[in-house]
Amino acid sequence: MTLLGLLEREPSHGYDLKRDYDSYFGRGKPLPYGQVYATLSRLARDGKAIAGPAEPGEGPDRKRYVITEAGVADVEHWLSEPAPPEPHLQTVLFAKVVLALMLDRPAARYLDVQRAAHLGRMRELTEQKQRGNVVDTLLADYGLYHLEADLRWIDHTAARLDLLARAVRQ
Amino acid sequence: MDRPHRGPAGPARAGGAPVSAVTAPPRTIIEARDIVKSFGQTPALRGATVAVGQGEILAVMGPSGSGKSTLLHCLAGILTPDQGEVWFGGQRLDTLREGERSDLRRGRFGFVFQSGQLVPELTAEENVALPLLLGGTRRAPALAGARKWFGRLGLDGLELRRSGELSGGQAQRVALARGLVSGPEVLFADEPTGSLDSLSGELVMNLLSAAVREQGTTVILVTHEARVAAYADREVIVRDGKVSSLTGVAP
Repeated sequence: MTLLGLLEREPSHGYDLKRDYDSYFGRGKPLPYGQVYATLSRLARDGKAIAGPAEPGEGPDRKRYVITEAGVADVEHWLSEPAPPEPHLQTVLFAKVVLALMLDRPAARYLDVQRAAHLGRMRELTEQKQRGNVVDTLLADYGLYHLEADLRWIDHTAARLDLLARAVRQ
Repeated sequence: MDRPHRGPAGPARAGGAPVSAVTAPPRTIIEARDIVKSFGQTPALRGATVAVGQGEILAVMGPSGSGKSTLLHCLAGILTPDQGEVWFGGQRLDTLREGERSDLRRGRFGFVFQSGQLVPELTAEENVALPLLLGGTRRAPALAGARKWFGRLGLDGLELRRSGELSGGQAQRVALARGLVSGPEVLFADEPTGSLDSLSGELVMNLLSAAVREQGTTVILVTHEARVAAYADREVIVRDGKVSSLTGVAP
């Protein structure tokens, strides 16, 4: 989904997508070329992107891909749906914020929706704690503390969206 | 995600429908309508609107300086807004005279603040009895009423201590008892766990939520902590002096 989101910015070669993915999202773990092309083929097969004609030259990277309406709709849907509020969401929340800012989408609103989903889950866990035994409490606390950490990150990020937007749109 | 309202007069919320900050939930007990409040040149609230249902626990969240405490003080009649209206139980509150608002606060509202603010010269039970004594109840029945809360809040044996002889968590539970002793219709809690460690804070919130559920008390809970807000039925967020609802998503 991250590659498709990057493709929404402008028609791109696999190489461009890999380079931008590595620079924004890779964090020291570059995306293998094979995976980039496999993903692009799958997106083309599913009607989310269209491959342009092969351009003259060497190597596999001779096609430029363009996102379709269905692809844009997929990106929009993915961005606006909150991720299930579970621990260890760093990668997906981070990717959503950066992509939303790149694509000039309402990142603040996505964060609000995510915040509401997190608080809703925290409410459920708090209720479980009040009903449950000590062992249930321990487990619920684990979830609560992790969700709280995510929420702090969400608040912190929401407060700095202008700054982040300038950085990723450069 | 959406819990039904508690309390004797609290009907279940229809179909778990999301409630927004601007439309009143069923049986609104207290609300602010488009209130504006400035301190000198500094605007604290710029058109804040919120309605709280009978028996509901509402968490008011937001960053420091967003206006959430000012909103609480306006709803409680401690401050009067520069513009806009505050309504409580079908009565306009912000246009009442200070004496009338003071009677209302003493008789029908309860308060818990961040650090207990107990009167240091008084014993714990006298502190709890204070709202009753100020309301004209004689000393013996007021103290008897106060003592009932000590067992309920795990404070047995601490009745005669003074605030200096109580731990932070104990002092805050005494403050909670003082906030609830007169059977208020609305409890205003401003960062009630703000000065406590996480375990003491959790104990205070467990006791608070159990007590208000039992009595059907409406609570307006100002907090910046998500773990505290998670005890509420619903949360709103105050940003730049305005109220926005977070519960705009399907439950």
